[in-house]
Amino acid sequence: MTFLVEAYAFFYQLADSFAFLVLCGLGLAIIFGMMGVINLAHGEFIMCGAYVTVLSARAGVPLPFAMLCGTLAAGLVGLILEFLIIRRLYHRLFDSIVATWALSLIATQGMLIVAGPSIEGLKTPFGSFELGAYSFSVYRALLPLIALLLLGALYWLFMRTRFGIHSRATIQDPNMARALGANTSRIYSQTFTLGAALAGLTGALYAPTITAVPTMGQAFIVQSFVTVVVSGADVMLGLAPSAAVLAFIQSLLTRSYGQLIGQIGLLLTVIVVVRVLPKGISGWALQRNGGR
Amino acid sequence: MRRWLTLVDGPQTLGHGVAFWLAFCAIVLGAAVLPAFVDAFLITNLTYFMVWVFMALGLSLIWGYAGILSFGQTAFFGLAGYTYGVIGLNLGDAGLWTWFALLISLVLPAMLALVVGYFMFYGGVRDVFVGIVTLSITLVFETFMAQTAGPEWTIGTARLNGFNGMSNMPPLTFPWGDSPLVFDGPPFFWLVLALVVLVYVGLRILVNSRFGNVLVGIRENPDRAEMLGYNVRLYQLAVFVIGSVLAGMSGVLYTLWGSYITPSSMGLTAAALPIIWVAAGGRKDITATLLATVFLTWLSQQLAVKGNQYALIWMGAILLVVVMFAPEGLFVTVWQKLRDRRRMRRVATAPETVSFPSG
Repeated sequence: MTFLVEAYAFFYQLADSFAFLVLCGLGLAIIFGMMGVINLAHGEFIMCGAYVTVLSARAGVPLPFAMLCGTLAAGLVGLILEFLIIRRLYHRLFDSIVATWALSLIATQGMLIVAGPSIEGLKTPFGSFELGAYSFSVYRALLPLIALLLLGALYWLFMRTRFGIHSRATIQDPNMARALGANTSRIYSQTFTLGAALAGLTGALYAPTITAVPTMGQAFIVQSFVTVVVSGADVMLGLAPSAAVLAFIQSLLTRSYGQLIGQIGLLLTVIVVVRVLPKGISGWALQRNGGR
Repeated sequence: MRRWLTLVDGPQTLGHGVAFWLAFCAIVLGAAVLPAFVDAFLITNLTYFMVWVFMALGLSLIWGYAGILSFGQTAFFGLAGYTYGVIGLNLGDAGLWTWFALLISLVLPAMLALVVGYFMFYGGVRDVFVGIVTLSITLVFETFMAQTAGPEWTIGTARLNGFNGMSNMPPLTFPWGDSPLVFDGPPFFWLVLALVVLVYVGLRILVNSRFGNVLVGIRENPDRAEMLGYNVRLYQLAVFVIGSVLAGMSGVLYTLWGSYITPSSMGLTAAALPIIWVAAGGRKDITATLLATVFLTWLSQQLAVKGNQYALIWMGAILLVVVMFAPEGLFVTVWQKLRDRRRMRRVATAPETVSFPSG
């Protein structure tokens, strides 16, 4: 029995880590996969989602709707920024990285000035359950399921809808897609908005479990980065395996040596992966199957 | 020797001719005699602005001239700072030990850069992935140093102190009979000034030499450079090491300046600053980088001193505006505009002297 409890405790940690990495990585991966833009303001979209969720929940909006508000707010900000800034930098990779980094600095410091060093958090819903000597949060146990559901929904979106077909065509060959009537610039804009909204959703989902602070984006972006680099450009193919592998490495190291060593382990993994599989897991899988 | 000196002016650097160098000498001489006229506080401040120049010049070389976007400058900065801290605290300021510590603090970043650069450039890591690897290394350093709070993280007599960082390192000291020469206040200012001049002129010669021209060729088209028979990876490795040592030099001087170093001097925000200075001034020119670095460190300090928290917002906004509207950099764009206008005027006032080569 104790062994089973220990095993479940490890599995719980693994699943928690997996959910976190998937949710963090989704928005970044979609934007990177579609237009090759590395959005260094990704963490700040997550922060935006968390802040809007916390503020609207405290204003009396029921939690699920507050989360929806957070998601939509981040998506809206993404839509505006794409129109004003990102759109002009599509052909200048380094400049788009630097510009989103600038946005990240502005957003972090701006939020610090507007909302102060931290805001009062929310209570985690659903309480907890006991198993042996441990106590587990029900809400956090649900997050892996939500992560899997989201992956399924995105699979449907990219494989079964018109938007999905157009966007996959745009990834493969933007000029040909345009010639065949896909409105690529609208697809870019929609994708960026979707990525930002997914980042907002991540912030919204984690809002009840953390204290929202202006610098929280930095904690999220490192994890997001790591997942996306290991995953490679194809979200559908690479993200889940990448998150699973990384979650395993992280849980193992965190369990034995503490959180910071777990973090260092992730970063070292990325360095090795960039060297060995520069196109990530998905690039490697596609190559093996004679794809691109 | 004379052949080398003629390379201070060339196609890869802005600013040449008698007027430019007269102004340069005037500024350097003016700065050198400044400690006689102004108070110690201002001198300390000016030293602070110049301390960062090396890291920025190194990034200008790596990113602007060789086209490699490295986010790792602060990793080398931190490594050098911590190295000086550990050696300085262990060996003290007797004899020439502080200079030994300085030397080792530059050798270690060079060695790390050699290993990392070999790993990247000879391992086929390219483009944006270089940025990812260097950023990861920076974050590994920061995270690692942040968790060294416990007493078990002690090297000799020096405690690493986790997030609070190390402090109380000895200043550079030169034994001189009964009263050793301590590089503090004005002497330290002169030392840093001399280093800035030396590195600036040295880099001008370097980028206008054959080495620099090949670098620019690689930046413009790595494949073409390789086809022409240049060992691209070797050049990239060399420039990465030089740039990293310069970052290390900033790290040591910063540690000496404030006698402390912390993990946050390597973190994400710290790593963004060199990128901002270099991009804002104009990454493809070292003069623009130098001016922008001094100006922007001065500006952030002014904003911070005024007690408001807008310094980082301003930095971010400047970076954004530059990237959007003057991708070559603010200083470079203005410089080129002025030069073009002067040329236009010359053409307009003296049309008969202008001749076009035929054929």
